[in-house]
Amino acid sequence: MLNAVNDVSFTVSAGEILGLVGESGSGKTVTGFSIMGLVDPPGRIAGGRILFKGRDLVGLPENEMRRLRGARIAMIFQDPMMTLNPVLRIETQMVEAVRAHADVSADEALARARNALGRVGIPSPDERLKAYPHQFSGGMRQRVAIATALINKPDLIIADEPTTALDVTIQGQILFEVQKLCCETGTALIWITHDLSVVASLADRVCVMYAGKIVEEGSVDAILDRPAHPYTHGLIGSVPSRNHKGTPLAQIPGVMPSMLDLPGGCSFRPRCARADRACETPPGVDEIGDGRRVRCVHPLVGAPA
Amino acid sequence: MTVFIVRRLIQSAIVLFAMSLIVFIGVYAIGNPVEIFLSGDADQAERERVIATLGLDRPLWEQYWLFIEGAARGDLGNSFVHNRPALQLIIERMPATMELALAAMALAIVFGIPLGMYAGFRPHSALGRGIMAGSILGFSLPTFWVGLMLIMIFAVELGWLPSTGRGQTANVFGIATSLATRDGLVHVLLPAFNLALFKLSLVIRLARAGVRENMLMDYVKFARAKGLSMRRVVFVHVLKNILIPIVTVLGLELGSVIAFSVVTETIFAWPGMGKLIIDSINHLDRPVIVAYLLVTVTLFIVINLVVDVLYSVLDPRVRLADVKG
Repeated sequence: MLNAVNDVSFTVSAGEILGLVGESGSGKTVTGFSIMGLVDPPGRIAGGRILFKGRDLVGLPENEMRRLRGARIAMIFQDPMMTLNPVLRIETQMVEAVRAHADVSADEALARARNALGRVGIPSPDERLKAYPHQFSGGMRQRVAIATALINKPDLIIADEPTTALDVTIQGQILFEVQKLCCETGTALIWITHDLSVVASLADRVCVMYAGKIVEEGSVDAILDRPAHPYTHGLIGSVPSRNHKGTPLAQIPGVMPSMLDLPGGCSFRPRCARADRACETPPGVDEIGDGRRVRCVHPLVGAPA
Repeated sequence: MTVFIVRRLIQSAIVLFAMSLIVFIGVYAIGNPVEIFLSGDADQAERERVIATLGLDRPLWEQYWLFIEGAARGDLGNSFVHNRPALQLIIERMPATMELALAAMALAIVFGIPLGMYAGFRPHSALGRGIMAGSILGFSLPTFWVGLMLIMIFAVELGWLPSTGRGQTANVFGIATSLATRDGLVHVLLPAFNLALFKLSLVIRLARAGVRENMLMDYVKFARAKGLSMRRVVFVHVLKNILIPIVTVLGLELGSVIAFSVVTETIFAWPGMGKLIIDSINHLDRPVIVAYLLVTVTLFIVINLVVDVLYSVLDPRVRLADVKG
C-alpha cells in the first residue's frame, strides 16, 4: 500500500482562505479529492476523519456524499480546457448543477446560472449560456467553472491550482474575483497551489505540504516572513522575484522522493542542509506560537521547548 | 453549411464520372457476354445480329460515350438478361436490401452500445470479459458460416424462425417492406442478425474504448464534483461523447452493409440487390453490373454526406461551414 497522503490535519473556518502549498506530487490534489470523496479506485481513504460542519465525511454513503458535492462543497479544477464537457452547452452544464440539488424549474435554474456567470464577470451571460466550451478562451472557461462551483452557494470551495493554466493577467483577475466572492458570501476556500506568490496575495493561512505530509502551518504573513521549516524556507528562496538580478536562482537541491521509496525519518532529510542524526526519527508536530505548527526537529524559528 | 453541401455535390459528380469509367473498362475486360447468351448452334449471321443489337460491335470509347449520353438522361442501359432498364431492376430490389441493412444496424446499435458500455465500466468482471470474447468471435467468424449455423439452429433444429425469403410485406409510403408485418419481421430477424454480427462487435469495441477513455477525463470528475448522479454522468456526459466515434464509423459501415450484404442475401435467399449483382456477374450482364456499382457509389456519397451533417450536430466543435477545401 502506498500512502499518497498521510497524517494531514488542518482546519478551515467559514470565510477563511487556506493556501495548500507544495511541489508536484506532494499530495495536495489527493487531499482535495479526498475531501470531495472523489478518490479514484483503486485509491481509497484508509483511515482518519474529514469533519465538515461537525459531520464525518469518511464512510458517508455515496448518495449523501453526492448531495454534499457541488451543493455544500464545490471544487474547481486545474485545467479549464478539460473540465467542461465539450459536447454540452454551458447552459446544460450549469443548469444540471442546480437541478442536481434543488427541485427548481428549468427557468429558475437558468436564472441562477445567468446570475452566477454575471458574478464572475462574464459579459452578456445570456448569449454565453447558449455557447459550447470550445467557443471560450481558457480564462473564460475557468470563470464558467468557478461560476458553476459557486452556483449553489457552497460553504467550502476547493480550488485545485485553478489559475496555473492561465496567463498572468487573467490569473490576477480571477484571484481578485474569487477573493471578493468568498468575502461577500462567507465561503471557506482551500486554494491548492505550488505558487507562493499566489498564496501571498490571497490566503489567510498556509499549509505547506511535502511528500504527503503537512510540514508547516501558520498565518500567511508569519510563514512568508519567518518560515520555520527548512523546506518552506527553500521554497520562498526559490521564488524568482525575491532573488537579486545577476545572482543564480536559489534552489532546493535534489528532487522530492518517490512516494514508493520515502527515506526513513524526516522525508525532507536528504535535501536539507540542517539535517543530522536527530532527523532519522520521524519528527512530530510542534506548536511554535501564533497558531503556528511545524514538523521539524531543527526549525528556523521558535525552537521547540 | 449550404456551401459545404454544394461543394460536396460537385466532388461527388467527379467521383461518379471516374467510377463509371473504371467500371466500364473493367467490365469490358472480364469477357464477352455474347458467348453466354448464344446457344452453341447459332450461326454467324445470328451472332452478328445479337452483337449489333447489344451495341458490342462498336469500339470501347464509342460504347462508353453512348453510355454516358444515356446516363445523362437517367438511362443506364437495358439488362441483357431481363431486357428491362438496369436501374429499374436495381431500384426494385433496393427496399429489400435497405430494410435488411437498417435492421442489422439497429440491432448493432441497440445491443452494441449497452454491451460495450457495460464492458467499459466493468472491464474485469466476468460479464465484461465475456462480452469482449464474444466480440472477437463476431469479428473473426466468417459471415457465411455463421449464417449457415443460424439456419441450422434456429430454422432446422428449433424451428423457431423461417430460414429464407422476405415473408409477408406491406406497403409503407408506397414501398413494400417486411418491417411492417409480423411475418416479415420474423423473416428479417435471422439475416439481420447475421449481417449485424460484425458491426455489433465493432460497436461494442468502440463503446468500450470510449467509456474507458472518457471516464478518466476531467470533465467526468468535474461533473461528479457538481454532485450529479452517476446515471446522469454516464448517460448524458459520457454517452454523448462516445457517440461521436460510433456515429462516424457506423455511418461509413452502413454503406458497406448495403453494398456487401451479398453473402447474407445469398444464404438467406433474400431478394435484394446483393443477390441481383451475383446473378448479373454470373451472366456478364454488363449494364446491371455498371448500374449497380454506380448506385452503390451514390449511396456511399449520400451516406457520407449525412454522416458529416450528423457529426456536426453531435459535436459542436465541428461546424461544416468552416470546413475549407
